[in-house]
Amino acid sequence: MSKDHPKETIVPDAADASGFVNAVDDRGDTKVALAGSGLAPGRATKVNPVSRLISHPLFGLVIVVLAVALPFINSSAYAIRISTDALIFVMLAVGLNIVVGYCGLLDLGYAAFFAIGAYTAGVLTTTFGWPVIATIPFVVVAAVIGGLLIGGPTLRLRSDYLAIVTLGFGEIVRITANNLDFTGGPNGVFGIPDFGDFGLRADIATYWIVAVVVALAVLASARLGRGRLGRAWRFVREDEDAAEAMGIHTYKVKFAAYVTGAIFGGLAGVLFAVHQTAISPPSFNFLYSALILMAVVLGGMGSTPGVVVGAIVIALLPELLRGAENWRYLVFGVLLIVVMIFRPQGIWPHRVGEKPARVRRKRVVEDEPEMIP
Amino acid sequence: MDFEYLLQLILNGLFVGSFYGLVALGYSMVYGIIKLLNFAHGDIYMLGAFSGYTLLTIGAGVIGGQASIVVLVVIMLIAMVLTGTVGLILERVAYRPLRGAPRLSVLITAVGASFALEYGIAVSFGPNPRVYPIRLGNESFTVFGARLTYAQLAMMLMAMALMIGLDQAVRRTRSGRAMRAISQDPKACLLMGINVDSVITRTFFIGSALAGAAGVMSGAYYGKIDFLMGFIIGLKAFTAAVIGGIGNLRGAVLGAIVLGLLESFGTAWLGSEWRDVFAFAFLILFLTVRPTGLLGERVTERV
Repeated sequence: MSKDHPKETIVPDAADASGFVNAVDDRGDTKVALAGSGLAPGRATKVNPVSRLISHPLFGLVIVVLAVALPFINSSAYAIRISTDALIFVMLAVGLNIVVGYCGLLDLGYAAFFAIGAYTAGVLTTTFGWPVIATIPFVVVAAVIGGLLIGGPTLRLRSDYLAIVTLGFGEIVRITANNLDFTGGPNGVFGIPDFGDFGLRADIATYWIVAVVVALAVLASARLGRGRLGRAWRFVREDEDAAEAMGIHTYKVKFAAYVTGAIFGGLAGVLFAVHQTAISPPSFNFLYSALILMAVVLGGMGSTPGVVVGAIVIALLPELLRGAENWRYLVFGVLLIVVMIFRPQGIWPHRVGEKPARVRRKRVVEDEPEMIP
Repeated sequence: MDFEYLLQLILNGLFVGSFYGLVALGYSMVYGIIKLLNFAHGDIYMLGAFSGYTLLTIGAGVIGGQASIVVLVVIMLIAMVLTGTVGLILERVAYRPLRGAPRLSVLITAVGASFALEYGIAVSFGPNPRVYPIRLGNESFTVFGARLTYAQLAMMLMAMALMIGLDQAVRRTRSGRAMRAISQDPKACLLMGINVDSVITRTFFIGSALAGAAGVMSGAYYGKIDFLMGFIIGLKAFTAAVIGGIGNLRGAVLGAIVLGLLESFGTAWLGSEWRDVFAFAFLILFLTVRPTGLLGERVTERV
């Protein structure tokens, strides 16, 4: 590009500027949020040891075994508490990954769904005395309604409108919870019962239930990303117009991503309510939404193992860096910019799509033409 | 509802609306030119309040306790230059490297920038709210039975002057013409020999300076500032820009006034604890019914 423009032209930064112009012209208007294309083919090939490790097929299994075995290794109340928190955070991160990573829609108010889930479960169990399990269908319904309310009008518009509307939605939910009487106002809801202790120590029982639910959620989100819908999501993310031209109903597909994300958030909220036993509006502020987003971005948008690692790191970091809260957030903010400029595929890039090992095996063993018309 | 009360609500709405307008203009300008939602814009407003605070603290000995409007204007001008420079640096460091990048990356960068500014201030000034070293006088006069303080009137006039100045600059001057041209067709502008980069830089400078001015005014008026004060006003300013039609400067001001009035009446009707909910619910409603805004063009994506 710069070769067409000799350096002596009147426009000093011709190369830069025309790059920008191309961007505005070719992508800015037409192609939405090519999230992963940060995963530019050239760059993603650089593999570091961590990303090789997390791409290994056994990685997930090892993590699950470690998570389940934790109470045998260290059963102090502190360890169980922070691990439960971290696992719930993992669930939120994989849920947001569906929206941001797979489908390329920026949701800045994800904590709203978390709050909806937590409050629905909290109010139904404390005010009406329901068991926690019975609240789950209502939590799902509430989260879906929230998703419809926000996604309905905004997903038809430019994708960046969604970002700011979700930001507003996060505030609406928090302030509403703060103002209403049946949500306990600023005090929130307390005395939320747990799932039952099954003859174990109560916090360990909760921990194991959370671990199982979160493992299932991670598995579900990974499989969703690989299925037909997942491919449609990626297609929409990479090039919405091309996807539309190929017969994908982009509005429905985006909607599906948004509502699925909402359900994940709502269910994580139930786990949170049970784990904390008390919830109040300040837990669901913008900071929390931003932290979840950070886990997704640092881990690598669209890569489930990366996001899980990112979430664990973000959730456990405060425990290591106590007392340096503001510094931590400052560093996070700068890190977001740096990652987006230099490593948009995340710190631990992971190959999305089919597992490389499986593809290779298929080619070697079966050795047949890939496409039979 | 009697007439005085109604008029009082309208005046309050106009006053709040003039703050929103100053911030919304920056939003709308940047969006009009490079189609970027600058999430950090609200934090530039916060930064303006803090630079005013610092300047006043340093200059406290010279000024003495009581502040006059003249002092405030001087402080405001210096703070405008400071915040404008910050906006310019932000564009250079965070947004320019990403001009060819997908939109999601740019949005996330903007969130990062907002975070960095907020917590940068929290680290350097401490997380607790600060009290502005000057307070404006409380003398008021009545217009047809509605009460308005002189400070409010002065601020509304200042905001109006800045808005009119900007409007004229964009419509009359050479660089204003370049801005309008870029918002229509950046590629053609490049071919016509407009230095696109420097115009974008200038846009960021002006937008940030206006937000900084609003920050100083609100600091002096409300007396209390904290590092998260820009978050809500950023959202409100965006709402105002959308109501007026984003990318349209007169629309941004119109939207800000509409939003200010709506909030004023909404508060009177529902109570102040619902004010923010009311405003954002209105944003969602507006996007459903008329996403182009009152004066805007189409915003749906096209090929």
